[in-house]
Amino acid sequence: MKEGYREVDISSNTEIAKDIFELKVQIEFNDSLGDPGQFYMLRSWDFDPLLSRPFSICNIEGNVVTFLYKIVGRGTNYLSKLKPKDKLKVLGPLGNGFNLNVNGKVALISGGIGIPPMIYLAKKLSAEIDFYAGFTNEVYYMHYVQKYVNKIYITTEDGSTGQKGFITDIFRPEKYDVVFTCGPSAMMKKVVEKCENMIPVFVSMESIMACGMGACLGCSIKTKSGMKRVCKGGPVFEGREVFFDD
Amino acid sequence: MIDTKVNIAGVEFKNPVIAASGTFGFGREFLEYFPISKLGGLSTKGLTLRQREGNKGVRIHETTGGIMNSIGLQNPGIDAFIEEELPFLHSQDTVIIANVSGNTIEEYVISVEKLNQTDIDMIELNISCPNVKEGGISFGTKAEIASNVVTQVRKVCKKPLIVKLSPSAENIVEMAESCVEAGADALSLVNTFPALAVDISKKKAIFDNITAGLSGPCIKPIALRMVYEVSKAVDVPIIGIGGIMGYRDAIEYIMAGAWAVQVGTANFINPKACVEIIEGIEEYLQKEGISTLEEIRGII
Repeated sequence: MKEGYREVDISSNTEIAKDIFELKVQIEFNDSLGDPGQFYMLRSWDFDPLLSRPFSICNIEGNVVTFLYKIVGRGTNYLSKLKPKDKLKVLGPLGNGFNLNVNGKVALISGGIGIPPMIYLAKKLSAEIDFYAGFTNEVYYMHYVQKYVNKIYITTEDGSTGQKGFITDIFRPEKYDVVFTCGPSAMMKKVVEKCENMIPVFVSMESIMACGMGACLGCSIKTKSGMKRVCKGGPVFEGREVFFDD
Repeated sequence: MIDTKVNIAGVEFKNPVIAASGTFGFGREFLEYFPISKLGGLSTKGLTLRQREGNKGVRIHETTGGIMNSIGLQNPGIDAFIEEELPFLHSQDTVIIANVSGNTIEEYVISVEKLNQTDIDMIELNISCPNVKEGGISFGTKAEIASNVVTQVRKVCKKPLIVKLSPSAENIVEMAESCVEAGADALSLVNTFPALAVDISKKKAIFDNITAGLSGPCIKPIALRMVYEVSKAVDVPIIGIGGIMGYRDAIEYIMAGAWAVQVGTANFINPKACVEIIEGIEEYLQKEGISTLEEIRGII
């Protein structure tokens, strides 16, 4: 039986780029802390804001779980004020993760704050990996991923680092056997289209969710096999299963 | 020795806490967190005669002190529910209430006839869903229309019948009295409040259906007042719903006249909310030297 929300200690909470934070928490669980693609619901408040916020696992080292988040609203703004030793309530790990049993050459493609699950995936995959990361302007976390991958491709929308433009502009699907992606819906849709029916693509979907554990149906998306909950049936789906426009 | 049992329309609940429809699925997800046999009861996700995919676009939006939702009754349909979910639910030793919605009176009647053939404990008639285009809330605003639905369903319904009222009723007391006169054995109130949220950057409503149902702590004082008024006016048991986040809220509803409560939004904030509320009620009664809920029911 799962324990529900547990109170944990914050190890560090650092701004690593403008409005982008790296949050490390110590989680003393007996069971698994999670796999690449899985997520946690986090809250540091009582009922205001009302809902918890979902965040993908970015890394696990020992009993320390790392999350990356961007300040976008009140919840993430509250999170950004937390200091080491402050308490945080966590529920997880939740959802399904990426299939790690892949062969051949792999492309990991992330856009914006879709980068966290790709970081942990890069660490856990034993295949040869090329890492594609698209940023708006500031580049972060590439130093960490370097040791796990063969090659890193970077684009920025303002051209300040790497190539100017979108990451999907420089991705060449014919070089790969499997593709994993996480980021804005339009980016993932483009990745799936570029791979056509040649290469398997796995996407990590994002959706507004209330509970994170399958009860509210707020995060349901349309797939080829019916309505699926992002929190429970996902967040990882086979790319061609998903209708990105619905 | 404290006793938190309640008897509603001949059905015994081991405690007054019921998981509210649409917030607890069919119980499976919560079974991972606590034995759902601890619940007084469970009202299923709203069921319709045929499977529904639910609404497109944004389905959940957080607002101050509440959540707006526009799920649109996504559910597998009555037949699939009976075949795939009901055997599991009935193995859980808690009162199972089938929450039923329809686009037409005929759909309500056929759904209830199908449920008559099962071992479901009670039926909760949802005449108040604000998030479907037809039926739903349109049955729940005018007393004479609601009365007609309840009358037609009552003719065929062989199970104890709860009617779930909308806060949009033109007159909640008149609505309650009409439903009781038409054959409701109990009333649950209230459903979510129709509400509006606007995205000013896109210059349009957040939800595709424009309005959505508001729930959570922000609706509690209004829902509590409605429970109070209705409990003074009718002789059937009342189940209070609206913003119950902890045991204190549940006790408030009971003091305002509710026999039991349904816990909804709190399930999204804490999967163990229901069980913590059950334990909180027991501790409160113990501390206050109260042995049965009847001693405090309707004391306001």
